[in-house]
Amino acid sequence: MSAYNPWRALQREFACRLWLVRLIVIAGLLAWWEIAARYWVDPQFLSPPSRVLLSLPSLFGTKGVPAALWITLWELTLAFVIAAAIGLALGLAIGLSQLPRRSFVPIILLLYGTPQITILPLFVLYFGIGPASKIAFGVSHGIFPIIVTVVAGVQNIKPILVVAARAMGASRWQVFRWVIFPHMIPSFFVGLRLGMAGVLLGVLLAELYVSSAGIGYFTQMFTESFDPTKLLGLISLLAVMAITCNGLLRRAELHFQRWRVN
Amino acid sequence: MIAPRQRRDALMSRGLQLGFLLALILLWYFATASGRINPVLLPNPLTVWHNLVQVLRSGEYWPDLQVTLSEIAVAFAISCVNGLLLGYLISRSQYLIAVFEPLLAGIYSIPMILFLPLFVLFFGLGSWSKIALGAVISFFPIALNTIAGFGYVDRILIRSARSMGASNAQLLRYVLLPAALPVVLTGLRIGFTVTVLAVFGSETIASFAGLGHRIAQLADAMETARMFAYIAFAVVIAAVLNALMAVVESRARRQ
Repeated sequence: MSAYNPWRALQREFACRLWLVRLIVIAGLLAWWEIAARYWVDPQFLSPPSRVLLSLPSLFGTKGVPAALWITLWELTLAFVIAAAIGLALGLAIGLSQLPRRSFVPIILLLYGTPQITILPLFVLYFGIGPASKIAFGVSHGIFPIIVTVVAGVQNIKPILVVAARAMGASRWQVFRWVIFPHMIPSFFVGLRLGMAGVLLGVLLAELYVSSAGIGYFTQMFTESFDPTKLLGLISLLAVMAITCNGLLRRAELHFQRWRVN
Repeated sequence: MIAPRQRRDALMSRGLQLGFLLALILLWYFATASGRINPVLLPNPLTVWHNLVQVLRSGEYWPDLQVTLSEIAVAFAISCVNGLLLGYLISRSQYLIAVFEPLLAGIYSIPMILFLPLFVLFFGLGSWSKIALGAVISFFPIALNTIAGFGYVDRILIRSARSMGASNAQLLRYVLLPAALPVVLTGLRIGFTVTVLAVFGSETIASFAGLGHRIAQLADAMETARMFAYIAFAVVIAAVLNALMAVVESRARRQ
C-alpha cells in the first residue's frame, strides 16, 4: 500500500474532470488575451475581453445593431427551414427511384463541389442588398448536403423491410411513413447538421459582403474607425448565435433518435 | 438478361443528364436572345463565351490569378506546418487528446468567416488578411485529422514494434506514419479545399486584388458578361486545384 500522495490525487481529479481542464485551458487563453491586449498590443487593434464584455450594452445601444442581429437570426432560421424543406423534397424525389438517382446525383455532387462564393455578387445583383439575397445564398449553401444525405439515407434502407411492409398490405404512403421515414432520420439529421453549417456560412458571407447595410455595414464601420471593442463584441454575439443554432439542432437530433435506443 | 438492361439504364441516365444540361443552356440562350430579359441581369451565353475568350487571350487574368494562387499557397503552407505539428504533439498522449480534441472540434463548428473583419483590422485589406483567414480555417481539419490519424493507431502494433526493439524514430517511420497517413491525407485535402474557399471568400468581401476581388468589382460595375466569364474561370481554377490535390493524395496513399 502506498501512502496518500496529493500529487497523484490531483492527477486523478484532473483525469476524471476533463471539462474542468478544458475550462482552465480556455480561461488561460482568455487571460493571455487580456494581458496581451492591456500591455503589449496597440489598443487601436485589440481590446481585452473584459472591456469587450462591458461594452456589450453600449453595442446594443448603437443605433441599428440590435435590428441587424435580429434580421440575421431571422435570415438564418428562414434559410435553414427553406433548405431543409426543399432539400428533403428533392432528396426524396431523386432518391426514391433508380433513374433520377443515377441521373441527378452526379449533377448535384458536381454543384456541391463548386465554390459557390464566386457567384455571391450575382445573388446580390438578383435579390438586392436586403434579406432576400442573404436567405437565398444561405439556402444555396445549405441545400446540397441535405439532398445528398437524404438520397443516401433512402438508399440504405434494406429492401426486405419495404417488401415486407408491402406484403402486409401497406400503402405507398404507409411504407413511407412507417418504414422509409424512420430509417432516414439519422442520415437526415447528419444532412441537417451539414446544412446548418452551410446556411451559417452562406448567410454570414452575404451579410459581410453587403457593406451598405446589416452586419457587413457595422463590421466595416468598426474596422475603419479602429474600434476593436465593438467589432469583437459583434463578432462574439454572432459566434454565440451560430453555437446556439448548432446546439439546438443537436438537441433535436437526440430527441428524434430515441426510438432506436429503445 | 441483366447486363443489357443495366447498360440501357446507364445510357438512359447519361441521356437524361445531357438533356438536362442542353435544356438549361438552350433556355438560357433563348431567354436572353428574345431580349425580354435585361442583359445586365442575365447576359447571353455567346457574349459570355466571347468575353471568356477575350480574357484568356489577353492574359489580363494573370495578375489576379497570381495573387489568389500565392495567397492559397502561403495560407496552406502555414496551416500544414501548424496543424501537423500541433496535431502530432497532442496525439502523443491520450490525455491531451481527451482534453484538446473536443475543444478544437467545438471551435471548428463556429463559422470562421466571422473573424475576417478582425483580420482586416489586424492586417489590412491586402493579402495578409486573406492568408490569415485561410490559415486559421484550414488549421482545424488538418489538426483534427492528424490527431485522429496518429492518436488511434492500434496499440498492439506499437507494443509489438517496441518489444522488437524499435527506436522512437523507427516507430514513427515504420509504424505510426503508415498507419496514420490515410487519415492525415484526408485532413490535408479538406484543409486545402477550405483554404481555397476562404481565400476566394475573403477576396470577394474585402480586398485590392485577386480573382474574387475581380468578380466583385465587375459586379459593382454591372459588367455582368465579363463577370460570368470570370466566374467560369474561377470555378475551373478551383476544380483544377482540387483535382491536383486529389492526384497528390492518391499518389501518397499508394506508397
